[in-house]
Amino acid sequence: MALLRLEGVTVRFGARAALDSVDLEIAEHEIVCVLGPSGSGKSTLLRIVAGLQAADAGRVLLAGADQAGVPVHRRGVGLMFQDHQLFPQRDVGGNVAFGLRMHGSGRTEQARRVDELLELVGLPAAQRRAVASLSGGEQQRVALARALAPEPRLLMLDEPLGQLDRGLRERLVVELRGLFGRLGTTVLAVTHDQGEAFALADRVVVMRDGRIAQAGTPLEVWERPASEFVARFLGFDNVVAATVCGGAADTVWGKIPVPEGSPQGERKVLVRPAGVRLADASDGLPCTVEGRTFRGNHVAVQLRPCDGPRLEAECSLRDAPEEGAQVGVVFAAADVVVLDPAG
Amino acid sequence: MAGPVAFFAVFFAYPVVAIVGRGLEIDGVWQFGRISEVLGRPDIQRVLWFTIWQALASTALTLLIALPGAYVFARLAFPGKRLLRAVVTVPFVLPTVVVGTAFLALLGRGGLLDELWGVRLDTTVWAILLAHVFFNYAVVVRIVGGLWSQLDPRQEEAARVLGAGRFAAWRRVTLPALAPAVAAAALMVFLFTFTSFGVVQILGGPTFATLEVEIYRQTAQLLDLRTAAVLTLLQFAAVGAILAVHARTVRRRETALKLVDPARTARRPRGPGQWALLGGVLATILVLVLAPLGVLVERSFDGPGGYGFGYYRALASSDASGGVFLVPPIDAVWNSLRYALVATAIALAVGGLAATALTRKAGRLVRGFDALLMLPLGVSAVTVGFGFLITLDRPPLDLRGSWILVPLAQALVGVPFVVRIMLPVLRAVDERLREAAAVLGASPLRVWREVDLPLVRRALLIAAGFAFAVSLGEFGATVFLARPDNPTLPVAVARLLGRPGELNYGQAMALSTILMVVCAAALLVLERIRADRNSGEF
Repeated sequence: MALLRLEGVTVRFGARAALDSVDLEIAEHEIVCVLGPSGSGKSTLLRIVAGLQAADAGRVLLAGADQAGVPVHRRGVGLMFQDHQLFPQRDVGGNVAFGLRMHGSGRTEQARRVDELLELVGLPAAQRRAVASLSGGEQQRVALARALAPEPRLLMLDEPLGQLDRGLRERLVVELRGLFGRLGTTVLAVTHDQGEAFALADRVVVMRDGRIAQAGTPLEVWERPASEFVARFLGFDNVVAATVCGGAADTVWGKIPVPEGSPQGERKVLVRPAGVRLADASDGLPCTVEGRTFRGNHVAVQLRPCDGPRLEAECSLRDAPEEGAQVGVVFAAADVVVLDPAG
Repeated sequence: MAGPVAFFAVFFAYPVVAIVGRGLEIDGVWQFGRISEVLGRPDIQRVLWFTIWQALASTALTLLIALPGAYVFARLAFPGKRLLRAVVTVPFVLPTVVVGTAFLALLGRGGLLDELWGVRLDTTVWAILLAHVFFNYAVVVRIVGGLWSQLDPRQEEAARVLGAGRFAAWRRVTLPALAPAVAAAALMVFLFTFTSFGVVQILGGPTFATLEVEIYRQTAQLLDLRTAAVLTLLQFAAVGAILAVHARTVRRRETALKLVDPARTARRPRGPGQWALLGGVLATILVLVLAPLGVLVERSFDGPGGYGFGYYRALASSDASGGVFLVPPIDAVWNSLRYALVATAIALAVGGLAATALTRKAGRLVRGFDALLMLPLGVSAVTVGFGFLITLDRPPLDLRGSWILVPLAQALVGVPFVVRIMLPVLRAVDERLREAAAVLGASPLRVWREVDLPLVRRALLIAAGFAFAVSLGEFGATVFLARPDNPTLPVAVARLLGRPGELNYGQAMALSTILMVVCAAALLVLERIRADRNSGEF
C-alpha cells in the first residue's frame, strides 16, 4: 500500500488553482522529488500533506487513512522549511529535542536521540550552541536533525538546499541520499533545481501550473522529457516544430533522424546538445557560431542557423570552434526525442 | 475570543449602558432631544474645544520630548539605565491628584519656581501641558523604545550601504517599522489627555475644564445625571472615532518585523552627537520627572517641627488622621498591592486571550473587536465606577460589597495596555515558526506556550508592569468602589488632601511617597526579571 496517496487534490487561491486535481502516490522508503518553477504549486503540495492548508477538493491519505480533519500535530509527518525556521530562543539541542518533547519522550531518551542525530548530521556536540551563531549549512543540518528526531513516517523537505552554496549543496545531496537510504525514510522533497532533484530522488515529479507534467525516474525524465515544457525546464532549448514520418522528422533545420518507434505526425522535436554534432561548413545545416560558454568538462556552443531557432551544441574543449566561425551541423538520432504535442 | 467578549459585555458595556440609560430614559422613553440641547450650550462647547486642543498640544509636546528618550533607552547603553527606566515610569502610576499637587508645589504660588525666579505657571495652560508630559513620558519611552530596542540595526546598515545617509536610512527603514508603535503611543497619550481628570481638576482652576472634569462636576456636584449622560456619550463617540481611525492606519502598517534580542542592539554612546543626545535626555528627565517627584518627597518630610518622619509615623495610627479612616492609612498600601495583583492577573488573562485571538483570526469583526478593546481607556472612569455600583448589586451578578469589584474595574483599564503591547509583538512572530512547531507535534495550545510565549515574554512582562501600575494608580472608578475600611493608596491620598490641615496634607505627601516607592520597587523587580531571562539565554 502506498504510504502517501493524493486523490484529485485541488487548491484555489482566488481564481488561480495552485493545485489542479493532483494525483500522486509515494511508496514506503521511496524518495520522491517534486520539481517545478516557482509558482507551480510545489510548496502548496507539501502544506496540504502537512495539514497546514486545507484542500478545496480531493483527499489526502497517509497509510490508507483519510487525513481530512486530522490536525497538523497529529499527522506524524515531518517538514523541513525552506528557510529552516529554527526556534530563535532555543539552542541547537533545544531545537532538535522539540519534537521529542512534544511526543512525550523522557529526558534521558531525548538527550540520547539529540546526541545521535547531531552525530548523524555531522554536528557532534553542538547542543549548547545558539541558533544565531550557526552558518547556513549548519542551520540546514540542525533543521534536518529536528525534522528527523520524532521519526516521522513521511519527511517533507521544502527547497532543502536552496540557500546553500554550490559545493556544499552537491556534497549535502549525496549525504542526504545516503542518510535516507540507511534510515529507510520516506521522503517527499520539492525543489526548483533539477540537479538537486536528480541526485536525490528515486522518482521525479515535474509540476507546471498546479498540474503534474511528468513523473518518472530521473533517468526516464532526463532521457525522454514528455513535453516541451519539461524539456525547456530541464534546460534543453533545442526544440523545433516537426512533421515526423517514419525514421525522420522534417523541420526548419532540415531532416532530423528520430529513434525507432517514435510517434508520428505533427510534433515538437528535441535534440539534446550532445546530439548536435559539428562538421565542416560544407556538411549538413550551415550555422554561424554566436558564442561559447565554458562548462568545465565541455563547452556549450551557441549556433545560429540560417533559418529557424538557435541551436546549442556540446563539444569538447579541444574541438570547440571560434566565435564567428562557419560550421555545418548533423544530428544524431540517439539524442533526439519526439515530444508530446500537448506541452 | 468568547472569554474577553463576555468579560467586556458584563463588566464594561452593561454598567456604562445602564448609567447612560439612567440619564436619558425618562418613564421608559429615550429622550434623545436632550443631546442637541446640551451640545448647543456655549459653556459645553467651550469645554469640548478646550478638551480637544489641549489633548492635541499635550500629545505633540509629549512626542517631541519623549521620542529622543525612546531612542536613548533603546539604543544607548549607559550605567543606571534600568533604574532610570523604572524612575520615568513612576509618574505614570501616581494618582492624578498627587501629580496635580506636585506640580502646584513646583509651579504654583510659593512653589519652587516662584521662590527661585518668581515664575508662576499654575494659572496658565502650560502647567497642564507639562503635567501631561510628566505623566505620559513613560508611555512613549516604553511603547516606542520597547519595539525600537528589538529592531535589527542591520536593516538600517543595509540601507546605509545602499547609499542612504544616516537620516535617510532612519526615515526610510526604522521610522516605518516604528510607525505602528509611535501611532499606538500617540493614541494612548491623546486618550489619556483627552480624558484627563485629576490634573486638570487641580491645575485648571475655574478657567479650564475637560469633558471628564465636567462629567464629574455634573454627576457629583450638580447631581445633573442627564447632562452627565450626554457628555459621557459625547466622550464615548469622540473616543470611538479616534479609535476607528487609529485601527485603520495602524493595521495597514503593521508588518512582520524581524525582532532581535534588545541586549545586542544597545551600544555605548559614540561621538559628540550621541553624547549630547544622552545628556539632553538626562537633563529633561531631571527637570521634568525628578523635580516634581523630589518636591513631593521633600514636602513629605517637611513637618511643622522641621524635617522628620512625623507624617510617616502618623500614618500607622487611625486616630492621627482625625477620623478620616476606620483603619490606619498604612493599611491602604497592602490593600492596593493585593487589588493590583489580582487586577493584573485578570488583565493579563483577558488581554492575552484577546491579543492571541486577534493574531490568529482576521476579518472585519475582529478589527471591530480590536478597536472595542481600547474603549475603556476613553470612557470616563467616573461613569464606570458609578455604573458598577448601580448594576452589579443584584442577581444574577450580585457583587455588592465584594472586594473583587475593585480589581475588576482596575483590570478593565489594564486590558487595553496588555492588548496594545502584546499585539504588535505577537503579529511580528513569523507564522511559519508556529507551523514548524505544529508539524513537530505541538497542539495549538502547546504552540502558544512553546513558540509565542518565549518570544513575547518580554512584551508580556512589560504589559504586566503597565497593568499593575495603572491598577495601582487607578482613581476615578476605585473611589466609588473601595469600601471605607479598605481604601487603596490613591483613594486614601485623595481623602487626606480633601481635609484641611497641615497634618493631613503632610500625610498625603507621605502616602504618595510610599506609593511612588512601591511602584518604583515593583518596576525595578520587573526590569530585573527581564534582564535575568535575557542573560540566561545568551
